[in-house]
Amino acid sequence: MQEYKLIGNKPTRHGFGEGLVALGERNENIVVLGGDITGSVMTSYFAERFPERFFSIGIAEQNATTIAAGLALSGKIPFFSSYSAFAAFRNTDQLRISVCYNNINVKIGGGHSGITVGPDGATHQSLEELSLLRTLPNMTLISPCDYNEAKKATLAVGESFGPAYIRFGRSAVPSFTLPESTFEIGKADIYHEGTDVAIVACGLLTWEAILAAQELKKRRGINARVINCHTIKPIDIHTITSAAKDCGAIVTAEEHQVHGGLGGAVAEVVVKNYPVPMEFVGVKDTFGTSGEPDELIKYFGLTWKEIYSSALIAIERRDKGISSVRYPKEIAPIAEELK
Amino acid sequence: MEFNIEFSKENYPNTPKQIEELARIALNTRQDIIKSLFLAKSGHSGGPLGISDVMSVLFFAGIMKYDSQNPNWKERDRFVLSCGHYAPVLYTVLARAGYFPTEELLTLRKLGSRLQGHPGLDSELPGIETSSGSLGQGISIAVGMAMSDKLLEKNDRTVFCLTGDGEIQEGSCWEAAMSAGNFKLDNLCWIVDNNNCQIDGRVEDVMSIYPLGDKFQTFKFEVIEIDGHNFNDIIAAFNQFKQNQKNRSGKPTVIICKTKMGRGVSFMEDNYQWHGNPPNEKEAIQALSELI
Ligand SMILES: Cc1ncc(C[n+]2csc(CCOP(=O)(O)OP(=O)(O)O)c2C)c(N)n1
Repeated sequence: MQEYKLIGNKPTRHGFGEGLVALGERNENIVVLGGDITGSVMTSYFAERFPERFFSIGIAEQNATTIAAGLALSGKIPFFSSYSAFAAFRNTDQLRISVCYNNINVKIGGGHSGITVGPDGATHQSLEELSLLRTLPNMTLISPCDYNEAKKATLAVGESFGPAYIRFGRSAVPSFTLPESTFEIGKADIYHEGTDVAIVACGLLTWEAILAAQELKKRRGINARVINCHTIKPIDIHTITSAAKDCGAIVTAEEHQVHGGLGGAVAEVVVKNYPVPMEFVGVKDTFGTSGEPDELIKYFGLTWKEIYSSALIAIERRDKGISSVRYPKEIAPIAEELK
Repeated sequence: MEFNIEFSKENYPNTPKQIEELARIALNTRQDIIKSLFLAKSGHSGGPLGISDVMSVLFFAGIMKYDSQNPNWKERDRFVLSCGHYAPVLYTVLARAGYFPTEELLTLRKLGSRLQGHPGLDSELPGIETSSGSLGQGISIAVGMAMSDKLLEKNDRTVFCLTGDGEIQEGSCWEAAMSAGNFKLDNLCWIVDNNNCQIDGRVEDVMSIYPLGDKFQTFKFEVIEIDGHNFNDIIAAFNQFKQNQKNRSGKPTVIICKTKMGRGVSFMEDNYQWHGNPPNEKEAIQALSELI
């Protein structure tokens, strides 16, 4: 179990930017490549501190990714960062062949990810990169839940070998993990103990999962286990299988499409090792749209309320053996309860 | 004092005009941009303001062939906004051309609006030819459209495409350029907004694209370099392109427009810090007081 304490809001991208500077101080092989939005993804911190180890590549994500590969093949540890929409999709071929097939030390920071990038709209709301990049052999894939964790993940990725992608966001999100708590790539952390249902979440939705667990306890006396699965690849098979065995019902929650990302990764583990009913909270096979982050989170059903409802449905399916998908009108009574 | 934003209902006809009239339209375009961005509370001011003169000529001086009451008219010329973040200026000219009510400019970037932060075909806003927002894709789309018109349909429609100058750091833009030259697309008019600004700074400091005209020349383009705030220059450039198309020159045209980011608003002018910000209330009042 990890301790936590809500201390306000801060964007995860700040953790990434500060983590890079700390890495740069520890290791002179750390190099950063900019893609013309360095002030947004906070690589500007590194550029100011280590100007000789920062290179502006311009708006050229494919080139930046393969230049990074060349630097890595020369013993450097390059980080390239841009918006996820362009640092995971525009350069996927380069990531597949030059980075992952070569299995070299290229690190990608995917900023402004998810629906919470807000009014920029669908083109900028990357909701698919976890699915996409999870299929690449050798790739490590991390979606930190808050500022502290983003910083730790950046350090961990910079100090371990191999291709890696860290996903972070634009908006300030609740800061609740402790600076001193442990972080290990591939090791999911439990934030709320329980055996009635397990909620496996990453990124922004981890905090919503904790809120859902608190409400389930308060309103229904249900004890939910909340697992912060910050590493989507390699996935923590042990923690997820134990959750399936102990709870018998699982909900996944992510600021991402419901298919193929965290939910898909967890489902693969569950189906193989210990099949139990699962529900998926995320964006349901649709593109995003313009709006303010808090509006969009509600509009796309990415709050504790959907996690709460999904937990009740998963429990019901476990207890009554209902295998069919439930329709919105059947969920209506729960929605009523949550008003 | 309450700061009230309204959009007049005025539409502009697409006919040859005196310079004074075009200047007035461009000024109004800039006002519309400031107003809609102020209400949106996010979005890009600099680029849209800088290209307003060129866009006003393109849409309202009888250069481009379109029918706002029949957006899918088979014979229309097409305009592709490759730099999707310039959406505010496109929305303004489309509204003023009569594609949709000008009041809709109040809804820019809001939940449920057809005026998405970056143009989206899925919003079904009339006048939008393609979604854009990922830089460097629109120009290849324009090449594809021009190929369809010239090589397959064999009609005399035109494709206009606007890119930024930072945008053409994307390698795919030069693949598009190569194709346009290769396929002799004299029906393609590529407009580059050469404001020499992008997010991190001056274009030559972030990643130099210069010399620009020479590059296009070697890609077999007809290169026209103009002051993008001089209406005579702008009109002449478009006319020269149309002449080339008519003469079947076998060369695509690029119009490199030297502009100032944020043009018309003193504190935004030529300042890359205004690439991606909206004016706040005080700034909007100041800007509108200068745009008269
Ligand atoms: C493929 C891609 N990479 C990055 C971005 C983020 N981005 C949006 S606008 C912009 C700068 C564009 O510069 P320029 O074309 O010169 O436009 P201007 O600054 O003049 O508005 C960047 C990097 C993007 N939209 N698409």
